[in-house]
Amino acid sequence: MTDTVPVTTKKDWTSDQEVRWCPGCGDYSILTAMQMLMPELGVRRESTVFISGIGCSSRFPYYMNTYGLHSIHGRAPALATGLALARPDLDVWVITGDGDGLSIGGNHLMHALRRNVNLNIILFNNQIYGLTKGQYSPTSEVGKVTKSTPFGSLDRPFNPISLALGAEATFVARTHDMDRKHMQSTFKRAYEHKGASFIEVYQNCNVFNDGAFEQILSKESRPNNLIPLEHGQPIRFGPDGERGVVLDAKGARIVDVADVGEDKLLVHDEAREDPAVAFMLSRLAHGPYEPTPIGVFRAVETADYGSGMDRQLAEAQERRGPGELSKLLTSGATWTVGAGANGHA
Amino acid sequence: MQELDRVVIRFAGDSGDGMQLTGDRFTSVSALFGNDLSTLPDFPAEIRAPAGTLAGVSAFQVHISDHDILTPGDAPNVLIAMNPAALKANIGDLPTGGTLIVNTDSFGERDLAKAGYAANPLEDGSLAGFTVYEVAMTAMTLEAVKPTGAKPRDAERSKNFFALGLVTWLYNRPVDPTLGWIKERFSKNHMVEESNTLAFRAGYNFGETAELFLSTYQVRPAALDPGVYTNINGNTALAWGLVAAGQLAKLPIFLGSYPITPASDILHELSKHKNFGVRTLQAEDEIAGIAAALGASFGGSLGITTTSGPGVDLKSETVGLAISLELPLIVVDIQRGGPSTGLPTKTEQADLLHVMYGRHGEAPVPIVAAKTPSHCFEAAIEAARIALKYRTPVFLLSDGYLANGSEPWKLPDVDSLPDISVDFATEPNHVDEEGNSVFWPYIRDEETLARPWAIPGTPGLEHRIGGIEKADGSGNISYEPANHERMVHLRAAKVAGIAKDIPDAEVDHEDGAELLVLGWGSTYGAIQAAVRRVRARGTKVAHAHLVHLNPLPPNLGDVLSRYSRIIVPEMNLGQLSKMVRAEFLVDARSVTKVQGQPFRAAELESAILEALS
Repeated sequence: MTDTVPVTTKKDWTSDQEVRWCPGCGDYSILTAMQMLMPELGVRRESTVFISGIGCSSRFPYYMNTYGLHSIHGRAPALATGLALARPDLDVWVITGDGDGLSIGGNHLMHALRRNVNLNIILFNNQIYGLTKGQYSPTSEVGKVTKSTPFGSLDRPFNPISLALGAEATFVARTHDMDRKHMQSTFKRAYEHKGASFIEVYQNCNVFNDGAFEQILSKESRPNNLIPLEHGQPIRFGPDGERGVVLDAKGARIVDVADVGEDKLLVHDEAREDPAVAFMLSRLAHGPYEPTPIGVFRAVETADYGSGMDRQLAEAQERRGPGELSKLLTSGATWTVGAGANGHA
Repeated sequence: MQELDRVVIRFAGDSGDGMQLTGDRFTSVSALFGNDLSTLPDFPAEIRAPAGTLAGVSAFQVHISDHDILTPGDAPNVLIAMNPAALKANIGDLPTGGTLIVNTDSFGERDLAKAGYAANPLEDGSLAGFTVYEVAMTAMTLEAVKPTGAKPRDAERSKNFFALGLVTWLYNRPVDPTLGWIKERFSKNHMVEESNTLAFRAGYNFGETAELFLSTYQVRPAALDPGVYTNINGNTALAWGLVAAGQLAKLPIFLGSYPITPASDILHELSKHKNFGVRTLQAEDEIAGIAAALGASFGGSLGITTTSGPGVDLKSETVGLAISLELPLIVVDIQRGGPSTGLPTKTEQADLLHVMYGRHGEAPVPIVAAKTPSHCFEAAIEAARIALKYRTPVFLLSDGYLANGSEPWKLPDVDSLPDISVDFATEPNHVDEEGNSVFWPYIRDEETLARPWAIPGTPGLEHRIGGIEKADGSGNISYEPANHERMVHLRAAKVAGIAKDIPDAEVDHEDGAELLVLGWGSTYGAIQAAVRRVRARGTKVAHAHLVHLNPLPPNLGDVLSRYSRIIVPEMNLGQLSKMVRAEFLVDARSVTKVQGQPFRAAELESAILEALS
């Protein structure tokens, strides 16, 4: 096998399948970002795998000209865990949604993050069930009126970033479908991170939940409502950077920079071992209608699960030599019955 | 010393008394001595049920003999009862004239009350029909262990070794293997090692010097086939079979599993063998266990998941996905009493229809069932062979009785085991409309109807597969009506076609036999033992035992048509009998038992005679 990775273009990463998302869906721009990222990463198509569950987002693997597996509802992180552990040489991406990843498959997502399996997990959050035609999701706001909740939904939504940080995920980020470059650079960071990476992508469902993120993502509202997280930089936002985030006894909160002074602003440290500050940042916004952090919340390097598994296998082989079946079969107490003899030798 | 051709001994005590260990030790020594044997551990699901109560009784029955035997014995000849609860729970099984050895130190008023005895059975004459040996095991253990300085509470815990020593003497078993085992097992705790050694010796010496027992007994080694033997239980044999399957297939094996009784020991065993490249993942749940295994199979491993009935329920959706993806996968179901939590530590065979039919859609899965503890090894390799060759999930059925029961196993010659390796796809297999060489994941092998297994990392064969219906050949999503029908038929034909690739059902036939006993799985020993008994009476009977339950052996219809009467003993309400009635329109009569206990040979003997009358 040659060591030179062939130079590719977006076209090489585009499969021959007709894309069947609704016209205007946010999923298209996410797909484009991914197909544009791949040539930039300089990776091989045959070594790249996309695994998904069920839902609109989960059709994604069919459109990537790589190995792909469209599995069953909620189980993509579990299938991907098996593949990533068995084949550490592969780049394994998981594509999921707010229903697939946080409702029916919440358990697997949480445990893949906890174990720090070497996966890149991208959760398309549109705050609605699309493929089943418009029921509320575990990220829908309280009071959401849908077909299944004609009087408004009662359950409080999950904050996916808080959930991932609660599981002590080692890479946690948020991006959105209106900014291809930001998506691309965030996906790249996830690729470069060894261990489980979790990215929430705010994604507009123009059919069942159109405009869910309009208050923070429209061109005019972004400067006031997106709080960019940049490692090593004071956290501030607003058209002229006039607002910022401080951390004090009241927790992390938004202030006018003029009131506190620039040097009081919280300097973002994505590599902080304790996820508590990142968690507080994830709580700054109660929903996508007020200033919301975007970018990398947490990125810490720590042993990934697969490397630990590989190490145990290597150590066992070193200690005991490669497995030999005949030795295994005689590893318990044995006795020999001789030919023609009636008894033990 | 009296010669016996066989004896059945049951050790019974509180679940904290170490009866499983005692029975297991006696079994190992007897195996090394060369006896044929069969065991039946029987313990409660609770780790420590209230001490001294009936619910907490744990028992271990072992049948040793100087000839080939098939079952752990219908009833014990000797019962060792460590307390009144153990006596009460087991005495009903001891035939009149049987030998009873009791630990008299645990027959105080409170002990009796906990077991629900109004009067002391040792004094009220109720045991008059038995030969009773009253032994103050606790007191003698405490005395023997004194030199170690162990506290009485700790010292008392060695009383199972006293019992083991006594029975070792009574049946003239060698002492060295047990002494060596104690030394190794408790090497990290010298006081326990010393206490158990002293208690074991005290029990042995007590037998020799007390002149309580009229005689000792000898069960000579059995005339087994020449070879090297080991004593093995079903779960260990199954785990080793899976390791062997990986070696024979030249593939890494990946186990995704969630702990569940009685299957967990397979996870434990496989976790030890990392030097074989075995990867084991204790997953977050049953679903993740099978899903991870399937993900590994997609990547070119032999994916395996192990579970029991409740886990099969949860895994069903992923089995369906594996059927649709047409990837190799082994799903091991160590059956237990159901429904729901049912009887976690007790045996049953009631998952057959579940694994056969328990999925939505037309979703056929091959089924292989082990018939004895050691046969689990071979059955695991066979399940792997089918899974790999036909790119399909395969159910491998065992049950609680096989899982924990043990028997001597003549080790196979490793070189004689089959090569079950298969090739991965490496080249495009189709030319598209524009004349390009492409890879189509659902072009089938004409012979097996299996699709190519192209694993990630193979340049040029990138493809996408999933649970949505696929176009025949290209594997692209297809909702076309005729295509779906074709794919349903293809998947069914692929599994049905395996019948050409499995052995005929063998019949243990006798000329003139009109009755066939048809069985599957762990009833093998009891059916065969019953058949021998019936034949010993001069009555003719035939026995066929199925290892392949789906597809059924190609000659089975012919076999069934040769007998005017067919009975099917099963530890369920008649599941195989339902299958063969549906398949072959034969009047197969069901003989059922669902007590969480295996059939006794005597029960099946009666069933056979009744069917013939």
